[in-house]
Amino acid sequence: MAKRIDVSGLHVYYGDFLAVEDVSMTIEPRSVTAFIGSSGCGKSTFLRTLNRMHEVTPGAYAQGKVLIDDMDIYGPDIDPVTVRGQVGMVFQKANPFPTMSIYDNVIAGARLNSRRMSRSAADDLVEESLRGANLWEEVKDRLGKPGASLSGGQQQRLCIARATAVKPSVLLMDEPCSALDPISTLAIEDLIHKLKEDYTIVIVTHNMQQAARVSDRTAFFNLAGPGKPGKLIEMGETSQMFTRPEKKETENYITGRFG
Amino acid sequence: MSTTIRQSPEPDTDPLEARHGSLPRRFPLALLASCAAVVAGVLLAFSAFGALPWVLLTAASFTVILVTASARVEGHRHAADRLVTALVYGCFLLALAPLVSVLWTVIDNGLDRFDPYFLSVSMNGVLPSMDAGGAYHAIVGTLAITGMATLISVPIGLMCAVYLVEYAQGRIKRAITFFVDVMTGIPSIVAGLFIVALWIMLFGPGRTNGAAAALSLAVLMIPVVVRSSEEMLQLVSRDLREASYALGVPKWRTITKVVLPTSAAGLTTGIMLAIARVIGETAPLVLTAGSSAVSINWDLFDGQMMSLPVFIYSQVRMGGAVNYERAWAAALTLILIVMLLFFLARVIKYLFAPNR
Repeated sequence: MAKRIDVSGLHVYYGDFLAVEDVSMTIEPRSVTAFIGSSGCGKSTFLRTLNRMHEVTPGAYAQGKVLIDDMDIYGPDIDPVTVRGQVGMVFQKANPFPTMSIYDNVIAGARLNSRRMSRSAADDLVEESLRGANLWEEVKDRLGKPGASLSGGQQQRLCIARATAVKPSVLLMDEPCSALDPISTLAIEDLIHKLKEDYTIVIVTHNMQQAARVSDRTAFFNLAGPGKPGKLIEMGETSQMFTRPEKKETENYITGRFG
Repeated sequence: MSTTIRQSPEPDTDPLEARHGSLPRRFPLALLASCAAVVAGVLLAFSAFGALPWVLLTAASFTVILVTASARVEGHRHAADRLVTALVYGCFLLALAPLVSVLWTVIDNGLDRFDPYFLSVSMNGVLPSMDAGGAYHAIVGTLAITGMATLISVPIGLMCAVYLVEYAQGRIKRAITFFVDVMTGIPSIVAGLFIVALWIMLFGPGRTNGAAAALSLAVLMIPVVVRSSEEMLQLVSRDLREASYALGVPKWRTITKVVLPTSAAGLTTGIMLAIARVIGETAPLVLTAGSSAVSINWDLFDGQMMSLPVFIYSQVRMGGAVNYERAWAAALTLILIVMLLFFLARVIKYLFAPNR
């Protein structure tokens, strides 16, 4: 189910403005890759190009190649909608659909696409996804309640369940814990550990301890200079990145000497 | 608080709290009552009692005494608070006064003739001065014309708003927004004239009917629907749209299944306001549907149609006592229909409410 992502020579633009310059990297399947770097260095923007979400912003586009296994997601005959079905996303702010119950939120991917599904298949999918997101025990007695009635951490896990219910092969997480308390953060991190058995996971985080705890590989992004585009500075095994980074810039950032 | 240097008289309590006293909780109410009594007494003593001077003098003396007392006892900030509170309540009552007055006048005058008979018969075969007849034909006309206008303008207005919010960019968006704004400002009689001219062009003179009236109302209604729907759709956060896109849902499904349901309650309110805005229109209806129909006509495409506002207008013009009674009763009917619509909107709002 999990797939490898191969990015080569990717430039991301907002209109005339080059936001991210020339990124090439390989993201391994069944592993967690963390993106770190200061605010505005383009790591979220780059993450959003991996499922063509950045195109939602008017004027934004990308040049280069992103291969998910063998599919070039920027190929001429590729519909961004099918890409997003393959590459799920969890956002910084939990965003369950306010008009839907917990149950409907989980199967929103199928419901919104009017995919027909038998009642029992839907029940099974909801239970499986909620169990997968470590949320089943907490909500199994109130599946009909609105999704917004849950706590922030639970809402975020609901969003993860919703993302996994469409069976993607890659899961992108854009600072999924930045609005959560330490206990909820721990719950999400445990979940990430569990999910990486089935998915390719990419996570953007500002929390370096979190990157060190959850990820197998880490990529460090930084601005080439004030007003210049963001760049990938260095990428490697997390253990190595946090102990013996190759570049001086990475070491400065990780040890807190700047940024 | 811990950095306060000055020593307070009672070290145990918070210095900011302890430095001044406060007026008793019931003081404003008691003061208001006594002001009202004293002012009434003085006015009666000079035998110049009237409702308006009584209310104004009471309000003025109450505010002055309350603020002065508060300034002496409670301090500057509390006095300012009391003053502004009094002003806000005053403005609220001032704004409410005409509303209550209108409602009261209409109910008081309208109830004379407002009964099942009035609601169930037309003016067919009734001479204007006879003590008979009702507004059934006008109710029929109002419902049919406004209903058709709503059917025309809600889909157009809603789709225009969706286009503006979700798709339009740059110059086209600015142009459409500009023209919608211009349309909002069209005087209703001009909309009526426009449709009359159109009908003369299409069908020849003297062929206007209920459909023409509905269309002229639609011209007035569309921009209102567009503006209110646009604002409601913009309230739906980007997060929700992105959440839907991220699940592999195409844009059109996101709009129909996430954006529209999420804003359904607000959209309904906006549409109801637009209906309320046009249901009382008179000028375009006089021009298009005529002002002399007396019989029940459900057919929008044939013949003249009476409507409640035009009924009121034509009855008042006849000038007899019974005509005035009919006009007031029709006004009451119109208000009741609008209230019924708003009640319906509440029900719909409740059914679509996100967190039930």
